[in-house]
Amino acid sequence: MDIKLKVDASGLSCPLPILKATQGIKTLQPGELMEVVATDPGSVKDFVAWAASTGNALVEQDSANGKFRFVVRHK
Amino acid sequence: MPAEAPSRTKKVCIIAYSGELEPTWASMIIASTAAAMDMEVSIFVTFWGFHALVKDSRRLPGQNWMQKMLSVMQRPGISHRKLSKMNFMGMGPWMMFQLAKKYNVSRPKDLLDMCLELGVKIYPCQMTMDLFGLKKEDLIDGLEDPVGAATMLQLSTEADSTLFI
Repeated sequence: MDIKLKVDASGLSCPLPILKATQGIKTLQPGELMEVVATDPGSVKDFVAWAASTGNALVEQDSANGKFRFVVRHK
Repeated sequence: MPAEAPSRTKKVCIIAYSGELEPTWASMIIASTAAAMDMEVSIFVTFWGFHALVKDSRRLPGQNWMQKMLSVMQRPGISHRKLSKMNFMGMGPWMMFQLAKKYNVSRPKDLLDMCLELGVKIYPCQMTMDLFGLKKEDLIDGLEDPVGAATMLQLSTEADSTLFI
């Protein structure tokens, strides 16, 4: 998987992971992938809602050791 | 998990009426997040909410002594908001900001900047400006032209969601 941009939102509280993701995705071209890592447990549902609302596709989502990882494809 | 884009842009309207720290913070969190979710956001700022639109550096705005007294009693500027309870002469907000720093929570000022960056439209209430004796140069940059209740009602009735904060 060709990740074009990695955004580290570790330690950040709501709504910063979403805002950082938004700033990040705006720098990408359609079809390119962005990976976001967050530690905010609320971000698990928030990224699903954000993807549904913006139309950017959440192609991967997993968690390990208190970190939540999201891979988003620019619409 | 592919997501489908909504068929049309959703609109959110916020009426920012309260001037204390917590409601100002809440308005800024909701507005910036809605904009990040590609929603069209408009904030109509009126009455006590207006203090958030005055430049932090502006000490005593107002044209006459009554308006200036208001500025003494409630220092304007988004970074100078007081807590609605447990203010304790500024100790309350100071502790809130220390906690915000410790837990990486954005301050209202940063979120306001983010809102403007993401295209949130902020409409100052003309009547409040007149009442408080505020001029355009007292206010932060990036605002829409001042409007009245009729524009606010149009924004609100055309929005999918309206919040009175």
